Order: sequence, then C-alpha cells, then structure tokens
Amino acid sequence: MDVTDTLLTLAADRFSRDRSKLRPEDDFFEALEIDSVDAMTLLTAVEEKFGVEIPDYEVQDVRTFSALAAVIGRRI
Amino acid sequence: MLHPPAYASLGELLSDALVQWKRETALIEMDRKRLTHAWTYRETKSEVMRVARWLASLDLAPGSRVAILMSNQSRWLVAACALFRRGLVLVPVDYKLSESEQLALLAHAEPSVLVIERPLFERFKKSPPVPHVLVSEAPEGTAGRWEDLPEEDGAEDPALVARSREDAAAIVYSSGTGGTPKGCVLTHDAYLEQLLALMEIFPMRPGHRTFSVLPTNHAIDFMVGFIGPFACGATVVHQRTLRPEFLVSTMRDQKITHIALVPVLLEAFERALDEKLDARPAWQRAALDGLSAINLALTRDKANAAISRRLLPGVHAAFGGHLELVFAGGAFVDRARAERFYELGLPVVIGYGLTECCTVATVNDLRPFRADSVGRPVHGVEVRIDQPGHDGIGEVWIRGRTVMKEYFREPELTATTITPDGWLKTGDLGSLDASEHLRLVGRSKNMIVTAGGKNVYPEDVESALEGSPAEELAVFASGYVWPRARTLTEEVLFAVARVKSGDARAITRWLVDRNRRLPEHKRLASVLVVTETFPRTASMKLKRDVLAETLRTSHEERDLVPLTHPALEARP
Repeated sequence: MDVTDTLLTLAADRFSRDRSKLRPEDDFFEALEIDSVDAMTLLTAVEEKFGVEIPDYEVQDVRTFSALAAVIGRRI
Repeated sequence: MLHPPAYASLGELLSDALVQWKRETALIEMDRKRLTHAWTYRETKSEVMRVARWLASLDLAPGSRVAILMSNQSRWLVAACALFRRGLVLVPVDYKLSESEQLALLAHAEPSVLVIERPLFERFKKSPPVPHVLVSEAPEGTAGRWEDLPEEDGAEDPALVARSREDAAAIVYSSGTGGTPKGCVLTHDAYLEQLLALMEIFPMRPGHRTFSVLPTNHAIDFMVGFIGPFACGATVVHQRTLRPEFLVSTMRDQKITHIALVPVLLEAFERALDEKLDARPAWQRAALDGLSAINLALTRDKANAAISRRLLPGVHAAFGGHLELVFAGGAFVDRARAERFYELGLPVVIGYGLTECCTVATVNDLRPFRADSVGRPVHGVEVRIDQPGHDGIGEVWIRGRTVMKEYFREPELTATTITPDGWLKTGDLGSLDASEHLRLVGRSKNMIVTAGGKNVYPEDVESALEGSPAEELAVFASGYVWPRARTLTEEVLFAVARVKSGDARAITRWLVDRNRRLPEHKRLASVLVVTETFPRTASMKLKRDVLAETLRTSHEERDLVPLTHPALEARP
C-alpha cells in the first residue's frame, strides 16, 4: 500500500475535496482549508486506516502530506 | 483536605497525601478509548516508592535537579512525587518543544537525572547531557528502563528528605527559547502559598476528577492537575491522546468535574456545541435561550452546577455531563466566550499569572462572575500599577511570596525583572478598578501569546527569516508597537522590511513563501515596507524600542500589508 496515495485519498474523502487536486508536497492546512482541530480528527482517521498509533507531539510541526506520510511510514 | 501551612515542603505534603487518601482514586490513565490503569493513592504510593528508591540509590545531594520530559500521564506525577520526597528539585521540560530546544534547556539546567518517555528520548540525535536517565515504555533490554525498577518488596520506604520553605522546589522555564533561557526558580513556600490561596477559592474533595490536558510543565496544570487534587484527595485523569474526540469521550466516561484549558480548546468546544445546536429546530433553540436566561438569573451571584445541569442537560452532556468548573489559562480569554459559557452554566475561571509568580496572581473568584477583568489579587499577592497614566493604565507589578526567587543562573536578567524591594515587573499593561479587579489592555514587552497558550518572541522568528531580499528586517508584535489598537486575543506578528527602492513586491512574495514553512505559531500576519535605515547601536544591534517608537508615530496598524497566500486568494 502506498502510504502517501492512501493518505491523500483519505484526506480528500474526509473533507470532501477533489482528490486529483491534492499533491503530496501540499500544506494540508491550506490544501484542505482546515484548522488544527480538524487536522487532529484527520490524524484519528489515519490511525484507524493504517492501524498505527501516533503520539500527538510527533505531528505537531508536520504540515505537508508527504511529511505526515513519513511519520505514518515509520510506525507501520 | 490537607492544610498547606502545616508543611515545610511539597515533598512532605505529597508524601502525606499518598498516605492520607489511601483508598481514594489518585490517577486514571486512558489511551484513546482504553483504560490503561486506575490507581488508588495507596497504589500510587507503591509506584512513587519504586522511583524514590532508585533516586536514593544514586546518592544525589539534596537540591540536585531532576528533569521530567514526558507528555501528560500518571508517571509524570509519580516521578515528581518521588523526586520531591527525596529533596530534589524538579525541572519540568515542555514535551512540545523541538528536540533542539529541549536540549538547550537541559544544557542550561544541568540536571543530574532525566525522566523521559521513549518516543521523546528517541528523537534526540545525540544523548542529552545528563548523567542518569530513566526511560519509560522502552523495550526490554534497554538500559535505565522504568519498567525494570524493582517492585516494593517489603523494604522500608526511602526516607523523606527535609527541605525548608525557602529552598527551591522547581525551576520552570517560561516559553521563549531564543536569547537567555528563563528558568524561574520557585520555592516550596511559593507553591504552598499558592496552593492555600487556590484551595480557599476553589476547594476540591475526594470524588472530584480533574482532567489534565495542558502540559504538566505548565504552571496551571501543575497546580490544577497535580498538587491541588492530590492535596484534596481528588482524582487526576490523563488521556495520552489529546484530540478533541477523545477529550469529550474521556470527559463523559471518566465523569470529569474540573478541567484547565487553553482558550483555543475552549473555542473548539464552543464550535462543537454550536454545530449541535444549529442542527436543532428553531423552537428548541429559542427554548434553550430562555433556559439560559433563567439559569443566568438563578446563578448570577454564585455558580450552581446542579441547577444548571438540570436546566440545560443537553448542553452539559456535550461536556461529559459532570463538569463543574473550567480553568482557562495560558492566554487571554475572549470576554464574550466566557460569558456565553457562564450563561450555559459552565463557569470559566479566568485568572492572570506568569510562570515567574507560580500559577496565578489574580483570579476571578466567581462571586460574582465577571468576564471583563482577570479578577482580583489572590491571598498573599499584591498587585500595583506602575506609573499609571491619566487613564489609570500602567505596567502591572506583582509582589508576594509566590514570586520566583530568581532566574536560574541569570543574575542580570533577574535584576532587570525584580526590583530590590521585591516587585516583579510583568511587562503587561493594565489598570485596577475600585473593587481591585485587574483589567489588562496590552503589553509593554515585545511578544505575543497565541490562543494555544504559546509565548512567541519576535526575535525567535527573525532568526528563521535570515537571507531575505530586504536590506534590513525586523519582527514585531503588533501590540508592542500599537498597544491599544487590538485586544489581547487578536495579537499578531508582523515584519518591518527596509527595501531600497521602496518596492514591496519582492519582499512580500519572499515572506509569503517563507511563512508557509514556519510553524503556525511563528507565522507573520503582515509586513510594513519602509525606506529609512533602522536605528542601531555602535555594535550594530537593533534599537528595537526606538524603531517601535518611530513606527508608532509615523504609521498606523492599517498600513500593514497582509501576507495572505496567493493560492488562498485565488480560491473562489
């Protein structure tokens, strides 16, 4: 399973965005037009999807899909 | 509840609490929806003694420093109880800082011991400069593993090491890691005094359950989510994942009665509540308004959780159904939001304090509730306004036993912050009204506090903006330059850039791009382009106050150009 690709699809579904317009290097706050509270709920969806547990502080400065995918990748 | 004046140190008080409240539940830890453990005070004592025994084996001199670097969890409090029992000094390190910032604080504090959880320990590329490390949740075989500490085997408890009230209990670093580290040295006397004052206003009892959400290194959680509940035999609940959906489920499942929050979380709660209400039919919303008004009339002079819960059960269910009190801290609370929560029967305690004076200097005692001020000075604390203007506004100064002793190893900084007769100069601007309520209006120091409770110093942001195409660049807090143009909940950072041609386009584009790579709290809101050279000292250091004065007289805040991202503007 390609983590980045799965993550982009998950994010697009969750916030009803056009998947084809999301790129791995995008800042997800801007691309999804979400705030930090929304981003936290995305993280929970990520945990369920990938079957991992990610401490909150590991993602506190993460802003792009690719960086988030890297964090997930380390935990899988 | 235990009586703080009867104790000489936090070690004595906490050791007594562990014995006194035996069968009450001390610590509950959740990880997402799972209950990790629920320990009585007696069980907590066994855990504390495991760590205390290890600390005793290290043969440290009383007053040696022990750093705790952990996210909110039971073991944070266990380690703290153990080190206080052994007469050691706590250095709580913010787990949310970057690992280089954490290393810088550890290098400054020079602790003998570091207690840390494994994921945080693994982030360090090189070992922290600490002789003894205790790592929790590490795999078997790891050296210095918490889980390998021997269980209580009938051996005698390690001795309680006596400390006097004047001895340091903790060195707490206030945020802002740029420049000189500010390690506030707080004595046992300061904490015990503060505890007494807070217990008088907001007494807790066995059966109360505090949800520890703010980082425990933060002065408010240290008191509201640790020392206070332990002194009263109440329960502290931790949730390893502080995401909104787990916050609410924990509040419900664990019947949370008390919680301390930063304003940004309060806002998230309000939004969630609004979404729920918006989904209801109009007549129900009208009925709710009516019930809120009745509730307000019944509780105007004094909060009454039982009445409010009966009148507004739906609203209270959204907060778990048992909440009695919300402490808001870390940053300023929007007045309208605090009033709305009170109308709904959820009193929000608004206070004011700095790490430099323990937890709070003033607090709204809810008798009656007033959201227009940050409350009255608490017992034992004096507040005065230095050099008030004709409007009564001046710098807020604080004096009392809760004021820190000094900044650790920084005598010069201490001397500029505390006057010889003991007044702490806060750098905040405010006035006192006839009933001694403090109102804050701005800051005389160049910093902002985000709604998330983060102190951000413009100097720290400047260092992230090196290599700009501007001839000169400086970052300011809007409130520092134009103190009363905004309220304290709307503070922003902006850049001043000197550009030879006066053409703002290149620097604006550069800042927009660079801004995206900064963490959210360090982002700039706008830029002001100027052509005049910045005032500097002989050694070329920026004269920040002079430049601020020039900006104040020659510009208005509306001259700032917003740094909105072009991609955002292009959206429909």
